[in-house]
Amino acid sequence: MPKQSPIPDELDKPFYDAANEDCLVLQYCATDERWQYPPEPVCAQCGSPDRLSWRQVNGDGAIYSYGVVYDTPVASLQPDQPFNVAVIELDEAPGVVFLSHLPGSAIDEVPIGGRVKLIFEKTLATGQKVPEWQIV
Amino acid sequence: MYAPTVSQSSAGLYRTTDGLGVWPYRGKVAVTGVGHSPTLRRWDGDPQTTIGAWSILAIRKAIADAGVSPEDVDGLVFDAETSTGSVWPEGEPVPADFLAAFQGTTDPLDGFAKLSPEWLLKNMPELKNVKYVLLAPMCISNVMAAAMEAVGRGLTNVCVALKGWHNFPGRYYQNGPHMEPTISGYGKHGDFGEGYAGAPSYVTAMQFQRYLHKYGKTHDMMAPFVVNSRANGLLFPEGYWAQHRPTPITAEEYNESRWIAKPANLLDNDMPVQAAAAYVFTTAERAKDMQQPPVYVLGHAGGGTVQGDSYSSIKLRSTVETLEEAQFNAASTGRRLYESAGVSASDIQFENCYDGFALFHVFWVEGLGFAGVKEGECLDFFQTDISIHGPNPVSPSGGNIGGGRTRCWGWTDTIQQLQGRAGARQMKIDARIGVVGGPMPFWSNLAVFSKDPVCREGLKSVSPLVSLVSQVSAAARARKPQNSSPQHWLHSATRRCAVGTVTRKLCGRCRHMHPLVSTNTSAVNTAPSSARDTPPP
Repeated sequence: MPKQSPIPDELDKPFYDAANEDCLVLQYCATDERWQYPPEPVCAQCGSPDRLSWRQVNGDGAIYSYGVVYDTPVASLQPDQPFNVAVIELDEAPGVVFLSHLPGSAIDEVPIGGRVKLIFEKTLATGQKVPEWQIV
Repeated sequence: MYAPTVSQSSAGLYRTTDGLGVWPYRGKVAVTGVGHSPTLRRWDGDPQTTIGAWSILAIRKAIADAGVSPEDVDGLVFDAETSTGSVWPEGEPVPADFLAAFQGTTDPLDGFAKLSPEWLLKNMPELKNVKYVLLAPMCISNVMAAAMEAVGRGLTNVCVALKGWHNFPGRYYQNGPHMEPTISGYGKHGDFGEGYAGAPSYVTAMQFQRYLHKYGKTHDMMAPFVVNSRANGLLFPEGYWAQHRPTPITAEEYNESRWIAKPANLLDNDMPVQAAAAYVFTTAERAKDMQQPPVYVLGHAGGGTVQGDSYSSIKLRSTVETLEEAQFNAASTGRRLYESAGVSASDIQFENCYDGFALFHVFWVEGLGFAGVKEGECLDFFQTDISIHGPNPVSPSGGNIGGGRTRCWGWTDTIQQLQGRAGARQMKIDARIGVVGGPMPFWSNLAVFSKDPVCREGLKSVSPLVSLVSQVSAAARARKPQNSSPQHWLHSATRRCAVGTVTRKLCGRCRHMHPLVSTNTSAVNTAPSSARDTPPP
């Protein structure tokens, strides 16, 4: 899928740098034992940045739900319509969800609860890699 | 010109936390006048149909409808943003005939693609005595809640509440960052489906897909709601469909409608339009002298985050709002609303909650426990008589689905139903109390409006509920839905009080003077996290 290339900023640079090394890292607050994504300057639960750090997760997970997009305003995605967009739950990071195009999946054949594995996909405009998931 | 005080923030006026008790101004604030502009699909190039012109028109009609002199108006609450997602092309000059037709400000887009207090008051010289101006964010529901609270607190005595929406030619959201090969800001992580889906209805569709999976339902069970909404909308003289394409839809047409973000189809998506609506709020005392019967505010409550001057959405746990978060947010806002209004769910006769997108109307109906509907049951409930002729009218306004994207229809209709002047939309039931508001569970303001300044007991007779159950049973037999036992809807007339005794409803309090415990919702608590302000659709 020709996704728009994300432009990293100061806050999420570690996430995107790791993605370019085929690693998925998330913020983790050691005080609250809580994973956080998207990245934020502080832990959204305790409000402190002190014990917030980046930690790697293996990316194993399951499909929470999905939709099939037939009419998107995002120009770069339009040639591939219709396409699946799933919400992925991660085994290691309860509460955190990612969006995924489920590369290789058939349109509207998406098992809710089905297992997925992490891969990395290069985006077109800048070559920035992003995490993606495939049905296993 | 007299320069009023302009407050940029309505955040301090919202009731978003639990345990605030009954609204201190319960029954002491009323809404009387209503004014609408016509509705256009897109702006047609006429200076007199710009959002500025139509906002003036709506305000004038509301004031005339209330039967007050413009000089009596001392408060004005509105949203300075008027975009539906439509933007005036950068670099393209604002038409000269518009600029010539109105008193301008330093911003040529003022009155054209946005509204400022200065522009409105310059072009409405008859509003000589406006001393209190308040800007509320994003939605008529935030405007209305702020206006009623402001009147309650005595900040204004006769207050106009306004919301305008412009919609320029061009395809919806197909502009700006969506055209770029790269993405920055909140959307790059997929917040609200940006970057990955883009379709504004994607997150609702994804939640609804989970809902269908969780409760064993099917998308076609939404058809009666959408068909009913269009039918009601066609009875709204100011609505888009009534004015421009006055044809009802059938369940077959709904089911065959093209997908936008499956399971949200074209008819599940509300249509962006150009329109404005205004309302006159005042004190219950002052309302007695006005032209229209007062509709009393029993209470209001919202779901959102108040932080300093900002009123933003409830913090999501992660990238997108899950179904369970939406259900929790709707239910907790419902509980706050009923506590504020001093009523219980079973007191509510009709609901006009937001519906743009149609699919999440389900979450409001269930979260509010309307007609005793519990989580997972709303689609079965939609197979019963939800029309204006039946015992449990759902969205008698037709909402955004029936009128176009203003979010105002429900407010207008709730007022007019309770005033007995909803015309062809007037419900068969003796309308005395209803719930209205929106937009979405993660960011909202809702209110309970009543024909009476206090809640009257015994509004709902038993017979409609009995008839409801028989209809539901027929629907259940036809569909064999999972996880559904419609018979308990009958029990919505009785409540279990906090000390554990089944009791008759007494306006939200049992005879032990404890709040009645809602058995209508079971919510999953999700710890809040990141704050991102994106306009809900």
